[in-house]
Amino acid sequence: MARIDLVDLAHSYHGPAADPATYALKPMSMTWRQGGAYALLGPSGCGKTTLLNIISGLVKPSRGRILFDQRDVTPLSTQRRNIAQVFQFPVIYDTMTVAENLAFPLKNRGLRGEQIASRVAEIAQLLDLTPHLKRKATRLSADAKQKISLGRGLVRPDVAAILFDEPLTVIDPHLKWELRSKLKALHRALDLTMIYVTHDQTEALTFADTVVVMQDGMVVQSGTPQDLFEKPAHTFVGYFIGSPGMNILPATVQGRRAHLSGHPIALTRAYDRLPAGARIEIGVRPEFVRVAAPAPNLLNARIERIDDLGRTRFARVRVGEQKLAAQVPNGMSFAGADVGLDFDPAHVHVYADSRLVEGAA
Amino acid sequence: MSVTLDHVTRFVSGVPYLHKTSLTLDRGTLNVLLGPTLAGKTSLMRLLAGLDRPDTGRVLVDDKDVTGIDVRKRSVAMVYQQFINYPSLTVYENIASPLRVAGKHRDIDARVQSVAKLLGLEPYLDRTPLQLSGGQQQRTAIARALVKGADLVLLDEPLANLDYKLREELRAELPRIFEASGAIFVYATTEPTEALLLGGRTICMWEGEILQTGDTASVYRHPQSLRVAEVFSDPPLNRVGVEKKDGSIHYASGERAPANGLYRDLADGGYEVGFRAHQLAAASGKNERHSFATTVLLTEITGSESFVHLKCDGFNWVAVMPGVVEYAPGDRLDAEIDPADLYVFDPSGRLVAAPATM
Amino acid sequence: MEKIVNQKAWLLVLPVFVLVAFSAIIPLMTVVNYSVQDTFGNNQFFWNGVGWYKDLLDPSTELGGRFFASLWRNLLFSAAVLAIEIPLGILVALSMPREGWRVAACLIILALPLLIPWNVVGTIWQIFGRSDIGLLGYTLNLFGLNYNYVANPLDAWLTIIAMDVWHWTSLVALLCYAGLKSIPEAYYQAAHIDGASRWAVFTAIQLPKMKRVLLIAFLLRFMDSFMIYTEPFVVTGGGPGNSTTFLSIELVKLALGQFDLGKAAAMSIVYNLIVLIVCWVFYTVMTNVGTERRPETGGV
Repeated sequence: MARIDLVDLAHSYHGPAADPATYALKPMSMTWRQGGAYALLGPSGCGKTTLLNIISGLVKPSRGRILFDQRDVTPLSTQRRNIAQVFQFPVIYDTMTVAENLAFPLKNRGLRGEQIASRVAEIAQLLDLTPHLKRKATRLSADAKQKISLGRGLVRPDVAAILFDEPLTVIDPHLKWELRSKLKALHRALDLTMIYVTHDQTEALTFADTVVVMQDGMVVQSGTPQDLFEKPAHTFVGYFIGSPGMNILPATVQGRRAHLSGHPIALTRAYDRLPAGARIEIGVRPEFVRVAAPAPNLLNARIERIDDLGRTRFARVRVGEQKLAAQVPNGMSFAGADVGLDFDPAHVHVYADSRLVEGAA
Repeated sequence: MSVTLDHVTRFVSGVPYLHKTSLTLDRGTLNVLLGPTLAGKTSLMRLLAGLDRPDTGRVLVDDKDVTGIDVRKRSVAMVYQQFINYPSLTVYENIASPLRVAGKHRDIDARVQSVAKLLGLEPYLDRTPLQLSGGQQQRTAIARALVKGADLVLLDEPLANLDYKLREELRAELPRIFEASGAIFVYATTEPTEALLLGGRTICMWEGEILQTGDTASVYRHPQSLRVAEVFSDPPLNRVGVEKKDGSIHYASGERAPANGLYRDLADGGYEVGFRAHQLAAASGKNERHSFATTVLLTEITGSESFVHLKCDGFNWVAVMPGVVEYAPGDRLDAEIDPADLYVFDPSGRLVAAPATM
Repeated sequence: MEKIVNQKAWLLVLPVFVLVAFSAIIPLMTVVNYSVQDTFGNNQFFWNGVGWYKDLLDPSTELGGRFFASLWRNLLFSAAVLAIEIPLGILVALSMPREGWRVAACLIILALPLLIPWNVVGTIWQIFGRSDIGLLGYTLNLFGLNYNYVANPLDAWLTIIAMDVWHWTSLVALLCYAGLKSIPEAYYQAAHIDGASRWAVFTAIQLPKMKRVLLIAFLLRFMDSFMIYTEPFVVTGGGPGNSTTFLSIELVKLALGQFDLGKAAAMSIVYNLIVLIVCWVFYTVMTNVGTERRPETGGV
């Protein structure tokens, strides 16, 4: 059990003397509360795995400290931090049975036989592995193997936090759902701090209470899935979260009105003091763009394609040179390629140089 | 041209990887092989490519038997899950390599340029693959497959190793790229969403067998069997047993309802009902709907939609609801389905009733 | 079912058939021919049936006695060499650096003994071990050890084993190193997190993952040491007495020293059969170890 504090943490693979712009992880401070479910989300190379490895102790940071419950663990090895980690590809000890795999960390810590046996039985029960305990672990399917990897972490009574490094990569889609809800159930039952690294927004958003979005070694936004979806602090978050991502459109903004290719768009807040010379854009999610038959008060657009996802449809449209996505209402059919668009004013945000601007009420 | 598999089977050291299978692929089509791991997708592709020889049956190209003819003599290109390029060659040389190998030295430049343009690789032609992102590396591999104008292009989960967002981008472009080429495309994936976005034709596979073949949207909306419905649902298909008796419906979860909607024309007896996550909703109070008393297990919120995991007398279901809904685990929720909008299968798993196509 | 049959293909493999016939089949047939005949010289041969084989496999005859004595010597030598080279090779591989310029340096140093021709290796050790001018022999005697491989059978054995270890441990080490390199980093990290000791990492991860290359190393080293000829011939010539006379040396003595062609031919056939059988056993074991079964379904 632990609260994790990152204090002025930064890392460069070329040593601390390297140019700060090339740091794999730019200086950051953050607090993760005990028992929270966190996700580190970002594209490859954004520094999320580096951060994870720093927390687990596999990488020593160039700068800053890591505190577990106010105790400085920066110089401690992975073993002494009481961290468990689940990797992208299941790590299984080939020669051992499932039970021996689960017992391995306890044996290494010198626990007694009956203690080990009862603990292994308990964890196997929790992970539905009991029927397989006597089987060779290599013979199991990928999702069972991944459960064993997780079990080796859970089996230790002293574990402070569990770290996941894209653990569902090799799992089939329908099993992903099962494994993910299992993780959530475990999280609730065991009150453990869990940190989950992924590039997959669905996994991040569904797993975590707090999602930390990273780009170029920096945290761009940290918040609940709802925050990130409804009010992205940065255009990158808007693009990266949501499928399809947010429509980001260059516009001119004055007071409570934006102009997009000459068409006025209503805003719910007033933007009178926008920074001079900044690049101004408005962002609106496809879910908040209404598609309708062309009408004089609507923004004119041409449909290029309809993506049918089965449960919902997205129209890919073009306004002048600008491409947009818009969710198509259920049951709507199209007479021609021309449509009118209407933005939900409450969900139109204004960005100056890619950063969210808070309007005045 | 067309490629036909005629009653082929494939065994690897006694284990059947592919049961007796027949399939015809026509020129200019995009064929999605959809199925979980070990469904036989890769085995099927290897037979199509000529990398493996079927244990029985024939492979025909334009009605000519090519069984056992070496892959190098066939007009085939393949793209793998791993990004396979020549690390020491530039992107340009990588794309040109199949032409040079084939001895087609005429207008290499024009062909490379046009394929590079199609895949958006023009700015990177002078770089080597290691200087590229994963998405660009896979684009290079796809460009290499397209440049020689092969009649048959096989893609084995080509986007699986890419970041989610890059996958999204490339997935949106692929149908356009395929259309421009005119070859036969075969695209293997485990993800139902990917199949839906690619469109074309879907060949649904399970444990070495083809379960159903047809237009992607129609396979999705009219799965002929329970298995197909399960393979082609993400989130997983919700299921419940029912019995029709004396004009009413008895759900295995304990609920009773009038036999309206699709149930109206069914004969009395036992059935298996499947409905997708978006077909299960919070109670609206409309009385033609069938309502279930459920307990919330878990709510997963993505912002745009929420996945609510429900338990209904031993059955575990997932409902997807738009926007943010906040049910806590343990909450009671009346969930309902529209009896006109679900799939009914007979006890052997064959489809007997499906919603009218929208 | 119609199959495409193209008879021209046979023509293409013809050169290989001819080559194999000249290099293997014809010499082998000649040996078989000799092994069932006796001769008194003058190129006069007469039929002896399986007589030589009977003698060979009966330890009470002169021929059988020599055969079994050298066979046991050979097996003992192979066992000794394997018992030292395999663990030592693993140890060397484990202590090699994983990255940086030192990898290349280590690889070159390791490869050096492998590049030296057999008879040169023998000559090097023959001189190295001499008690009058050899560095090893002279030094040992300086420290009061009465080392003399020409006179003392135990010294001769130790010299030959040391030479083989020096010559071939690199091969085992290189194979093991390749095996170790293929283990994903995540395994080490996971073991670290699981609190595994160095020894536990070795037994739970490294050894199982090296199983295949170790089998190959074992097979190669067994075959090679079982057929060893050049080095002991150069160093000891099979002596002192017959103490280092291995099968191959015995064979040469018999065939070229005494011109007992029939006996030698029978012995070489049996020798060959032993090698083939051992090969086959290893091959079977190896292919069984190598096949990863498909995962059983229903893992959850």
